[in-house]
Amino acid sequence: MSTIGQRQPIALRVFAITFLVFWMVIAAFPFLWTLWGSFKVEGDFFSKANWANAVFGVMTTAETGAALTGDGYHGAWVQEEFWRATFNTTLVCLFVVTISLTLGTLGGYALSRSTERYTFWLLIIALIFRAMPPITLVSGYLPVFFEWNLWGHLPTAIIVLVAINQPFTLWMLTSFFKNIPQDLDESAMVDGCTRFQAFRRVIIPVMWPGVITTGLFSFLLAYNDFAVTAMILSKENQTMVPKIASFLGTTQTKGNVMFAVAAVVSATAPLFILIMFFQRQIVSGLTAGAVKG
Amino acid sequence: MKIWKTAAFATAIALLNGTTAMAACGITEGRISVVGNEFPAIQSIAKRMGDCAATGVELKSNLTADHQKINVAGMQGNPAEYSSAIIANSSIVALINEDVIRPLDDLMAMYGAAIPDGQKIVIDGKVMAVAFMANAQTLAYRKDILDQIGVAPPKTYEELLAAAKLIRDQGIMANPVGGSYAAGWNLAQEFVNMYLGYGGAFFVPGTAEVAINNAQGVDALNMMKSLTEYMNPDFLTHDSNATQAEWEAGNVALMNMWGSRMQNLMDDVGSEPVVYENTKVAGPMTVGGGTSPATTLWWDGWTVAKNVSDADAAATFQAMAYASSPDILTPETMNQAVWLLAGYTPDAVSEGVLAAVSAGTTPYPMLPYMGLLHTALGDNLADFLQGKESAEQALADAEAAYSTAAREKGFLK
Amino acid sequence: MKHKTFFWFVFPSVLAMLLFIAFPIVSVVIQSLHVAHEQVIITVQNCGPFGCTDSTKIDTDATAALRAAEPLGRWAGLTTYFDRGHLATNEVAQAWTTATSLPDFLGRLINLPFYKAMFFTLTFTAIVTPLTLIFGFAIAVAVNSAAKSLRGPLIFFTLLPMIVTPLVGSLILFWMVDARGIVGTLLQWAAGDPDLSVKASTPLMWAMLMVYGVWHSAPFAFIVYYAGLQTVNKETLEAAVVDGASRWERIRYVVLPHLLPLTTFIALIQLMDNFRVFEPIVSFSAQAHATSLSWAIYNDLGGETQQLSSAAATSVLTILCIALLLTPVLVRTWRDFARK
Repeated sequence: MSTIGQRQPIALRVFAITFLVFWMVIAAFPFLWTLWGSFKVEGDFFSKANWANAVFGVMTTAETGAALTGDGYHGAWVQEEFWRATFNTTLVCLFVVTISLTLGTLGGYALSRSTERYTFWLLIIALIFRAMPPITLVSGYLPVFFEWNLWGHLPTAIIVLVAINQPFTLWMLTSFFKNIPQDLDESAMVDGCTRFQAFRRVIIPVMWPGVITTGLFSFLLAYNDFAVTAMILSKENQTMVPKIASFLGTTQTKGNVMFAVAAVVSATAPLFILIMFFQRQIVSGLTAGAVKG
Repeated sequence: MKIWKTAAFATAIALLNGTTAMAACGITEGRISVVGNEFPAIQSIAKRMGDCAATGVELKSNLTADHQKINVAGMQGNPAEYSSAIIANSSIVALINEDVIRPLDDLMAMYGAAIPDGQKIVIDGKVMAVAFMANAQTLAYRKDILDQIGVAPPKTYEELLAAAKLIRDQGIMANPVGGSYAAGWNLAQEFVNMYLGYGGAFFVPGTAEVAINNAQGVDALNMMKSLTEYMNPDFLTHDSNATQAEWEAGNVALMNMWGSRMQNLMDDVGSEPVVYENTKVAGPMTVGGGTSPATTLWWDGWTVAKNVSDADAAATFQAMAYASSPDILTPETMNQAVWLLAGYTPDAVSEGVLAAVSAGTTPYPMLPYMGLLHTALGDNLADFLQGKESAEQALADAEAAYSTAAREKGFLK
Repeated sequence: MKHKTFFWFVFPSVLAMLLFIAFPIVSVVIQSLHVAHEQVIITVQNCGPFGCTDSTKIDTDATAALRAAEPLGRWAGLTTYFDRGHLATNEVAQAWTTATSLPDFLGRLINLPFYKAMFFTLTFTAIVTPLTLIFGFAIAVAVNSAAKSLRGPLIFFTLLPMIVTPLVGSLILFWMVDARGIVGTLLQWAAGDPDLSVKASTPLMWAMLMVYGVWHSAPFAFIVYYAGLQTVNKETLEAAVVDGASRWERIRYVVLPHLLPLTTFIALIQLMDNFRVFEPIVSFSAQAHATSLSWAIYNDLGGETQQLSSAAATSVLTILCIALLLTPVLVRTWRDFARK
């Protein structure tokens, strides 16, 4: 494509660049606005009086003596111990991604290699499972989890997230494995490997791009989940998103919105590093055919 | 690992407090696990409960805004995950409906001598909960603006409308009235206030049959509509957070607001001096010549689970009684709530709630099916305020939605 | 592949889905066919810090006996599905017979909660899904033609709308479009109307929800399409150039067919996710203007008294609607599968 891209007429090129700039503004501006606003006080960030206050920090200057303040960060990290939630989120993400991918690669590989009709129906049923709104599922779990004393623990939340995410993982990985030539593992089996040995020795080394892409989506699911973690985890095991939600206050009491804003910005920073680090793999993973539904 | 952590935590606290811990609380063993909302007063109680830590005592608290979604399920198991739930008069109903909390009379006789009758929530002759704080929506006004138009703080909603008209006509503010009118729970709450103010009754007495499509219901809706004409046009999206922000930005001069939020309005954070210095609190207003104010009283209190051993229930009762005793009142905690405790000295911010109590305001109805009506109201009244349908139609829709829900829950045949 | 080998490979994955999705679905279906027991209500005196009142309560002893006899509740069959909160067959029939005209009938239909939610949900799905595909594709083409060194940051910023926690992301947008927020002010200036407020008008609120929907899911379509573009066969493209195909023809006859399987995949996921639209309605406090099926479930479960049967019935209806919506795509997949 890139060689063809060189030959674009000027008008088209200008249009493409304009569109890209337009999209970048739309995509990034709210975040940059939040980043800037996270160093303000609430009166400025939500500037009900005049939006320009958010830029110049009128209230921030009045309340703290400077146009920028780190109070939100201090409040979230030191006073509210946001690092605990960060630690829990790290654990949840790590295990959800690892377990999802382990189960998903095994299942996806088998589904891609079997030609029986039941594989199709299994995939369709998995898709129908995905249609179930998560809040209904969670309200169904609660009585059982409390009864069996499973409620509140990180492993419970991890398993639930893995299960909820399985349909998507299976679909993605199945289509990915379909694009790895069958000859690879079949020749290994002719050489005397069992199916599992063929999978381990031949398929695992070439599957990483697709697995990383699928992993990205599992990661984002675990990282951003609110419906499951808010209801299933106890206070000391709380992850970041429910913690952020708890900064927002309730009907009868005021919250600390700036803590939430600072926490959101802090939570997004590591993702920047992660995506910069993995962007080549993410794209090459998809390139290898992970998504050819 | 968690058990280890809890134990280590308990030991650490016990070491810190030495032997006074046992003397303070009087318990040496038992499992105490509390679920509740997370506002400052409840946080203080949970913190004070830490004094009860001893080697044989397991102490846990789970304070979260989602407490209502987990407390019933968390108390239904046997033994229940939670030995105590902190609830309000609206939410205790769900626990009584599911029969998960125990009558406290025997525990009260043994350990509750210090708890005055005024704090006891008695249902059908049995003490079911112990209240420790009160709340109500009352008037907040800007003194400077009212002085400018030469009007005293309104005592009725009609006076409030007249004052709002003056403020707008004199060009001081475009939308001088505020209110949490966000469709859903908040809007339904405002209707409940107004309907009670007009003297309405929600149900045919002694039954679950709803009866709001009447003159009082229409009057209440029309009054709400008149108020919204002086509100920011976005009122249907304004929950109490947004309403408070409007106030702090200096856009609003009169509003009906939760007593528990007045402290935040009057402190020097979030608004300019002209706003916070002139923010004053007054008692709730009446409407339509009614005698009872158009607002509701709320209490927060604690309960003890049914499905826990008697020993754990006793330990929980003692710990909660200790944590919410008048000794909790310090200069730091004094302004966190309107405490229903001896020795509470109210500040200016609490005048509204206290005025509401002394004016004989109706408490929010503690009926098994009130929650269903509240949801139905929240979903159906916005259409009228947007001018999409008549008041009668909106009320008829709310009644129909309620009746459907009540049939499903077995309240109606 | 042998059945037995296949079984062991998929077993862990299937077990997880069985335990945490299939069983709950079964219990939800059972729940939707039952309603709560008749509650025995008695009048009692309640006393508290604000005095005594006569009130009612559930006679728990009497109700406990009923519960013990039928732990699941009363059998209701499909009653819940046809009541006013769901398909509302009686109300619809009545509206049909008494309505004076078609618009009158539609007006009454939309006044019923299920149809109101359905109307918005379907409009949202029908508008947001294609726009997401188009937008995602356009961004992918544009990023793909940018200099290689710029692509890393471009990808990150493009993914931002998907990464930032929706809970707070939508809240921040909500404040930005406030009449006095930066976007709100910009809109007022652009429209030349100083009183314009997105939050006060139903059409604008719908538009905002849809813009948010596209903004939030375009990155997903983008990343899939972008990867797809990397594998377009260059030789075919070169050959097309030699044959004198115009730029448009090359896209039409080479690139788009290549991306068709990806489009199916994105459409499948997006149809499903858009049909379950929920978070923006809550974050934007938009319930006065727009409701959806998922929102209805949330509303049933979120009140002081949880309406489990009603939420269960709505959940089952959601699954059925999604299955119906996906049928064309699934039939296509089945043909592909059968061909192999």
